[in-house]
Amino acid sequence: MEMSGANALVEALRREKTQVVFGLPGGVIMPVYDVFYKMKDLPPELAIRNILVRHEQSAAHMADGYARASGRVGVCMSTSGPGATNLVTGIATAFMDSSPIIAITGQVARPFIGKDAFQETDIIGVVTSVTKYAFQPRKASEIPQMVKAAFRIATTRRPGPVVIDIPKDVQQEMGVVEFTDQPVPRRYGPLPDPEPGTVGRMVDALAKAKTPLIIAGGGVRIAEASRELVALAELLMCPVATSLMGKGCIPEDHPLSIGVMGMHGPSETNRIVSSADVLLIVGSRLSDRTTGNIDKFCPNSQILHVDTDKAEIAKNKTPTISLVSDARKALKALHTGLVKRLAREPKSHWFQKAKNDIDLCDLQKDGPYLSAVHAIRLLRKLLPREAIVTTEVGQNQMWSAVHFQAYGPRQFITSGGLGTMGFGFPAALGAKVACPETPVVDIAGDGSFAMTENAMATSIEEQIPVTVVVLNNRMLGMVAQWHRLFYGRRYCGVELGRSPCFPKLAEAYGAVGVAVQDYKELSEAVKSALANEVTTVIDVPISPEEDATPMLAPGAGLEEAVIA
Amino acid sequence: MISPQEEVIIDVLVDHKPGVLCTVSNLFRRRGFNISNVAIGTSEKDRVARMTLTMRGGEKEAVQLVRHLENLVDVIKAEIVDAGKAVVRELALVKIAPKPEDRLQIMSFVDVYRAKIVHLSDDSIIVEASGDSDKIDAFIELSRNFGLKEVARTGITALSREQKSTESEGNDVGW
Repeated sequence: MEMSGANALVEALRREKTQVVFGLPGGVIMPVYDVFYKMKDLPPELAIRNILVRHEQSAAHMADGYARASGRVGVCMSTSGPGATNLVTGIATAFMDSSPIIAITGQVARPFIGKDAFQETDIIGVVTSVTKYAFQPRKASEIPQMVKAAFRIATTRRPGPVVIDIPKDVQQEMGVVEFTDQPVPRRYGPLPDPEPGTVGRMVDALAKAKTPLIIAGGGVRIAEASRELVALAELLMCPVATSLMGKGCIPEDHPLSIGVMGMHGPSETNRIVSSADVLLIVGSRLSDRTTGNIDKFCPNSQILHVDTDKAEIAKNKTPTISLVSDARKALKALHTGLVKRLAREPKSHWFQKAKNDIDLCDLQKDGPYLSAVHAIRLLRKLLPREAIVTTEVGQNQMWSAVHFQAYGPRQFITSGGLGTMGFGFPAALGAKVACPETPVVDIAGDGSFAMTENAMATSIEEQIPVTVVVLNNRMLGMVAQWHRLFYGRRYCGVELGRSPCFPKLAEAYGAVGVAVQDYKELSEAVKSALANEVTTVIDVPISPEEDATPMLAPGAGLEEAVIA
Repeated sequence: MISPQEEVIIDVLVDHKPGVLCTVSNLFRRRGFNISNVAIGTSEKDRVARMTLTMRGGEKEAVQLVRHLENLVDVIKAEIVDAGKAVVRELALVKIAPKPEDRLQIMSFVDVYRAKIVHLSDDSIIVEASGDSDKIDAFIELSRNFGLKEVARTGITALSREQKSTESEGNDVGW
């Protein structure tokens, strides 16, 4: 059928079941927005919702939050040049955490490409290192198959971002386009089933293990393998530690969950990991933040590594046995193999979990400040089990990782790999769009929130209510903590001061702003925020001296002395 | 077992399309692989190009590079070439401006190296030499004594003598 490139794009997106696009228009993406305009009269189930951001970085983070909360592809859109480069931080964030997003950028018209035309940036060149793939259709007729391929690449094997860069005249030109819903046989397809011989050897190692342990990474969440993970852990009676990205893959109040391991993990958790004789690592790339000093990481343990990305095998740590497989299929196969083996010789519980209780009934303030740790634990008590929490980056993130128990795999959303400050708030909005019935809370620091707070305008205008809890120490807290620990308190460039007043800022946007003075007020503020129909910003004064502990010094191994 | 500093040859088949060389070379740069040679050209199939990479760094790193390469959507397959079971060649064009009295001697050592004189004028000679890299290196060293002017080398290309690895599967593009 004959249609314009812009129409072909939107129709192709709709065929991929895209319901929402986060973006901000500009010169060379206007033909696509013109198609959105014409969708206004369509019933909502047929139209694509177009959410206007105030900065393109937020569009990419929203698409990412949407993807992480729902498991579906998040789509963001911008014009060429600065619009496209503003997306890059968000694209890189999604890349590091294997999140499937598609970024559609306008490009200058074909005759201008390479001529340094107004707002021309070679965005494909810019994003090559932080995308799985980047397309540039040169004819309208190429668009449908490229969109189909983009969705396929973004979601196949290890997910990640894909860019589609469309010259303006390709959006405008009429072309004969064909849509097919048939999957085309392509080389870049799903992985084959786990290799039975390797599974057998892993089963054997796990069956013989005295003190087995599972490390679950983000791959478990991506593969929707939480049930299989818990089933295998229960069969082995073994503890499950997670990386930051795997947090919530096993409900953290499960007796076998020992929480998030690594640089800021509880020392008890790291100690249990270090005493395992057989480590089954599923869907984790064993980043330096997870393992501590890799040369000192479990030197005497057998390492069984399962990952969907073969380039992760032996990248950081050489395993005893490796299996390139989807996490869910692998966990299922291991379970099936072990059921037979362990029926005769069941496993027993071998570890002592640290007590994780703090009495929250009668919290008292220490001076003018609340404790971030207590505030986060109180927040957990106040939120329903299914609530989704996002975090910013820094102390707020590490406090949340340790003290906010996550009960489900898509309920703790954080920028782990790239560590992008300003991620949490727009990601919370994206998550809320994906799950409108679920309460969504961004646990923020004052430094991070300031980076993307203008997304409040989107949250108000588009009616996407979330709660932001700003743990406000008027500092770039994690950097200040490093100054205290490793730089002799020589604070440089970390003191943010009293500006802005976040509650007043929230009010300026039309959101609700609350400054709380004690835990009782915090409780009330959170309760009313959950009932509010607009976004609520709760300012929680915390001490600039409160550290995110425990902490391994950089270069230390998991078992070494921690800074407590 | 390949020693850590030994050169490893990797045979890569890629979709023959714009940008693919950039994507592949970007991978070396980004992940810090030490590539000493890249040769790229067409293959037996229209839409498939063959790249021959030479990297320094030993087997473990080469295996890692192969895995990263195979993750690229445009890469059809990548594998380490067993140099003992492959034909490995490089071609060089060597321009020499000899003194008149040396011309005869040059012709004789060109013969010894089974090279060819492909251009001859009053003041210069261009020799085409092919073979493994050591032979090319030696030829160039020798030419220095006779007025070496310019060298152009293609980089190493290789084909396994075994049947299986020379075939590129299908004409299907990656995506």
